[in-house]
Amino acid sequence: MFDLTGKTALVTGASGGIGGAIAQALHGAGATVALSGTREGPLNDLASALGDRAHVVPANLSNAEAAAGLIKDAAAAMGSVDILVNNAGITRDNLFMRMSDEEWSQVMDVNLTGVFRLSRAALRGMMKSRWGRIVNITSVVGATGNPGQGNYAAAKAGLVGMSKSLAYEVASRGITVNCVAPGFIATPMTDSLTDDQKGKILSQIPAGRMGTPEEIAAAVLYLASPEAAYVTGATLHVNGGMAMV
Amino acid sequence: MSDIADRVKKIVVEHLGVEEDKVVESASFIDDLGADSLDTVELVMAFEEEFGIEIPDDAAETIQTVGDAVTFIKGAV
Repeated sequence: MFDLTGKTALVTGASGGIGGAIAQALHGAGATVALSGTREGPLNDLASALGDRAHVVPANLSNAEAAAGLIKDAAAAMGSVDILVNNAGITRDNLFMRMSDEEWSQVMDVNLTGVFRLSRAALRGMMKSRWGRIVNITSVVGATGNPGQGNYAAAKAGLVGMSKSLAYEVASRGITVNCVAPGFIATPMTDSLTDDQKGKILSQIPAGRMGTPEEIAAAVLYLASPEAAYVTGATLHVNGGMAMV
Repeated sequence: MSDIADRVKKIVVEHLGVEEDKVVESASFIDDLGADSLDTVELVMAFEEEFGIEIPDDAAETIQTVGDAVTFIKGAV
């Protein structure tokens, strides 16, 4: 099950904890992977840890031309982009009343517009090969909201509507478009929380623990696989029961 | 009409899976040949590739019939 031998996958934000785990899972299932992100160091480290079938394609997704360029670079390195995992994302948290236009638009540019541009650029090849997988990493807060994250929650909720619309358009071409919505996942970012903060978060999670990047990666691997051909326009929530939506 | 018309016709037949004799110059992709809007996007992509040209979106919108495509491509190659 979930054999990706011969498939090519581009993972954005692969220098982060979740993106790295996704790249590892797809690679482990046999895919050739292209690792993208803004920080080349961690990308190169990951690529050498993976060994064969791993390429590094750095990009800054807040730049409009960079998105189309990234798909070209990835296709040049791997021959095609069969699977696109839009994992890159940024946060610029602030109380709504204090949020600047810049904080709003930076998050929109990368988390929503960047995904639009990458997906649009990747579709041409997928249409021609009559096979494709787009997996967008959203967030539980796109469904529940979160104080201080008006911009981030809006972008993540926006991805869900965008994914569903695109899923309609390309379903007849063997291309699926889905979302994976992580809850609280243990990453370097959450490591810096105090015990008190962690306790509060954990009290809201029926599973009683944070999730792992590997648990997100497993959901992505499923949606990227041939076995998930009949799943499209869906959001798979991976959150320990924190929000049952 | 030439080679370009024949190549266009061949692409249309292959892509839309229609009878060759239905692919006449006046045939509309959508109204006569059963294409949907996504098919027309794919046809334009196929023309671009076959003839090594770029068809901008605003030009693509004006290509409604087989004859439109042949005329545009003749002007572009």
